[in-house]
Amino acid sequence: MKQLDKTDVKTYWEGFNGGDWQDEINVRDFIQHNLTQYNGDESFLAGPTEATTILNNQVLNLKKQERAAGGVLDADTKVVATVTSHGPGYLNKDLEKIVGLQTDKPFKRAFMPFGGIRMAEDALKSYGYTPDPEMHKIFTEYHKTHNQGVFDVYTPDMRKARHYKIVTGLPDAYARGRIVADFPRIAIYGIDALMAAKKADFDNIGDGEMTDDVIRLREQVSDQYRALNDMKKMAASYGFDISKPATTAQEAVQWIYFGYLAAVKTQNGAAMSVGRIDTTIDAFIERDMKRGLLDESQAQELIDHLVMKLRMVRFIRTEEYNSLFSGDPIWATLSLGGVGFDGRHHITKTAFRFLKTLDNMGAAPEPNITLLWDEKLPEGFKRYATEVSISSSTIQYENDSLMRTEWGTDYYGIACCVSAQPIKDGVQFFGARANLAKAILYAINGGMDEIGETQVGPETEPITSDVIDYDEFMKKFDVQAGWLADVYVNALNAIQYMHDKYYYESAQLALKDTHLDYTFATGISGFSHAVDSISAIKYGKVHPIRDEKGVAIDFKAENDDYPRYGNNDDRADDIAKWLIKYFYNKMNTHHLYHGAKLSTSVLTITSNVVYGKNTGTTPNGRQKGEPFSPGANPAYGAEKNGALASLMSTAKIPYHYATDGISNTFGVTPNTLGHDDETRKDTLVHMIDGYMENNGMHLNINVFNKETLIDAQKHPEEYPTLTVRVSGYCVYFADLTKEQQDDVIARTFFEEM
Amino acid sequence: MKLIDNTKTPLNVLDSIGVEDEGPVKGYVHSLESFGSVDGPGIRFVAFLQGCRMRCQYCHNPDTWNIGVGTEMTADELLDNAERYRAFWGETGGLTCSGGESLVQIDFLLDLFTKAKARGISTCLDTSGGPFTRDEPWFSKFKELMKVTDISLVDIKHINSAEHKKLTGIGNENILDMIQWMSANGCDMWIRHVLVPERTDYDVYLKQLGDYIKTLNNVQKVEVLPYHTLGVKKYHELGITYPLEGIEPPTADRVKNAEQLLHTADYTGWKTWKPAN
Repeated sequence: MKQLDKTDVKTYWEGFNGGDWQDEINVRDFIQHNLTQYNGDESFLAGPTEATTILNNQVLNLKKQERAAGGVLDADTKVVATVTSHGPGYLNKDLEKIVGLQTDKPFKRAFMPFGGIRMAEDALKSYGYTPDPEMHKIFTEYHKTHNQGVFDVYTPDMRKARHYKIVTGLPDAYARGRIVADFPRIAIYGIDALMAAKKADFDNIGDGEMTDDVIRLREQVSDQYRALNDMKKMAASYGFDISKPATTAQEAVQWIYFGYLAAVKTQNGAAMSVGRIDTTIDAFIERDMKRGLLDESQAQELIDHLVMKLRMVRFIRTEEYNSLFSGDPIWATLSLGGVGFDGRHHITKTAFRFLKTLDNMGAAPEPNITLLWDEKLPEGFKRYATEVSISSSTIQYENDSLMRTEWGTDYYGIACCVSAQPIKDGVQFFGARANLAKAILYAINGGMDEIGETQVGPETEPITSDVIDYDEFMKKFDVQAGWLADVYVNALNAIQYMHDKYYYESAQLALKDTHLDYTFATGISGFSHAVDSISAIKYGKVHPIRDEKGVAIDFKAENDDYPRYGNNDDRADDIAKWLIKYFYNKMNTHHLYHGAKLSTSVLTITSNVVYGKNTGTTPNGRQKGEPFSPGANPAYGAEKNGALASLMSTAKIPYHYATDGISNTFGVTPNTLGHDDETRKDTLVHMIDGYMENNGMHLNINVFNKETLIDAQKHPEEYPTLTVRVSGYCVYFADLTKEQQDDVIARTFFEEM
Repeated sequence: MKLIDNTKTPLNVLDSIGVEDEGPVKGYVHSLESFGSVDGPGIRFVAFLQGCRMRCQYCHNPDTWNIGVGTEMTADELLDNAERYRAFWGETGGLTCSGGESLVQIDFLLDLFTKAKARGISTCLDTSGGPFTRDEPWFSKFKELMKVTDISLVDIKHINSAEHKKLTGIGNENILDMIQWMSANGCDMWIRHVLVPERTDYDVYLKQLGDYIKTLNNVQKVEVLPYHTLGVKKYHELGITYPLEGIEPPTADRVKNAEQLLHTADYTGWKTWKPAN
């Protein structure tokens, strides 16, 4: 990388400790040299300022109006969203310390057709808006979209797999998202330095031999360069010049937010992560405080106002999308904490300040707060975090030591809900999920879909015996799972190719290195049901009950006490371990776009409900249409040995094979955690420590009584901000569909014996 | 399983436990819970041992009453199972034996706790003291047991013996005797009291109990446990009459009142309590 021109930016960096970061774009190095650890408790924190309270009430009121309007308050129908498409928008210009909206008005949703014009139009129509006919003409006759590109190349097999929902949620009509941009670069370096670095990279791509790869990358970097320039223009429309490094903490937060705003103005992604900004912002706050420019209340105000903006990000989506990912999530995932390779924890006062926003402005699902947990985090922070969990159920915990070891960097962030990603130079190609519970049924039914009663998978002899023979089943499962891996991975090859071509994330990728490591993300749904079904067949003597067409529509296990996943019983848990490795290896036999490395996940977000709806009765006794358990959670009712036994089963799934995340959603009543606040906090801290020590990867923690949820379902108006964690993210309970609310209520709650 | 098997009295079953085979003493286990956070200090693995001769009207585990049934396990089997959760225990958590009434199986319990301590596992006994006696050889076994018990959760059902008998089927003399002995011999305790409207929720008795607890040594914590109705379902399933049918849990005010009369706030030892190594 070209040496930075220090003469230009040196004065901006006074008050920071120097290092390699001054010679090259290197945020991690900046953090390493400018980290102020904080080991105390939360007593230093400040409450909301008057401006914060006024603005927050305005936002809550808009949210209320939005809900009353059926989910969307206002939407653009003719302006195609770009970084610079809209003039400045404000809540209240005089009170906002951090400014910038996606469109010219708060809560007004942008028109984003590049993923697919039909999707964009359907989304508008479903909320009563009329799409502009001119836009329709442009995006069907003159300009191709990502969606059109993918369907131009899909094979009949891929269409069929998609239609019968053995693969679902593919990002073939919406943005793949899951890119964690290195937003702090803007605050530390300013846009000009980033543009100069991209220019230098561009000059160095290829030697003039125009291979496909060289052409693609040169075009992409040109797009990135243009996006950086657009960010400057967009900031200028708000009256800020972001060409140079931030000179104050307020500027630093604003610069970072402008980068994020450019991302959410252009991409309607299935996760628009904020990444890891806490330590950088903290360094700027510390510098201002040393200079006497900022007090605690003002520092908190900056964080509150940034978080308020993150809570206001909106996308308009179709009903189909909402049924998969309910509650209007944008996954503004914010990673806090973690420990560096040098052993220092990264808890700063600003990590506390981000948690404090939940107190200052009430609970909310966004940003999706993720604590990168390590046993070495200071006790004061651990206890404060669990206190916030108990009062708001808005935090997820992820195993920092596991992730930094696996990914080889301590400067990674959480993309989407759960997946880790190196911020400097890693990108994930998101790829939804394959339904392994359905593949089990295909094995039994000879590739016949049990709901559509149509041949979908390869035609094999169905299993016709009275009791399913384990060896016969496994042989047939191998055929169906192999086919599924093939069709799934190759559909994703088409999707990622077209996404790069028609809906390239130039703004976010402008804020990462030019030469990137790609991971090819896949996912598994129906995991616990597949595991328990295999166990039932192996240990339980399963009798299928067939309809007149010979399709197995129900099952009866002769020995119903067969081992089930979720009880820390190796007989079942070994099947779980085997299944993940097995399916990973099956997928890994295929070509992967852009030389990406295969990764997979066991996380479902709220799509467990839809996947379950489209899947017949499984041999473990789960009835047709019943929701799957979320993520890597054991099946409903399978857990017989308490919460820790359940957690231990999940913890055994090898992260090395599922580096996109192994999600566990844990619901518990306050009285189960302890009879008083101190005990409850202690219990949670020990629980998280223990889970992580056993290599557990991810934990959503919900603390409330079932009765509260039942009451909230009946009287949503009384619980406008009741927030629950679902697999990998947070939602307002009131924004879930009735089915999903029922699912959350039905999920295992660990209650006092 | 027949709920109440009168052909086996506690004593003749006790005689047979542990002496039928030459092998290690086996316990009769009702169930195991990996995540107990209200069963002693910290997060604890809870073994619910089978068998109890008290018949508390509000018992929410009537399925644990029968003696000499349940899953047979050796101490090592149980500890191997428990130890898988060691990472969750921190400095204060560990193993709790509850029931049923753990002391019914004192031979097994002694073996279990001795081996637990040898493995560095903290031990906690949850008891109502019913089986306590100074008769030998039982008393000696109890004294041995206390040497390997880090802390006990002692449930005083009722301070008045006649009322105790009405509520549980037996008087409380031997129970108070046990507590006295523990107080005099350095045994750490949490005292717990279930607050049941129309049974234990009377100021006169609560005051008496509060005064009594004040005379004790080594009390780390005093807890009022509000009666709940979670056990009712089990009674209905088991087809037995629920003696407290129609009684509602106490109000928050009554719980607070009981906490004041038992001076629960004065007992703060539990906040810093750590098991002996």
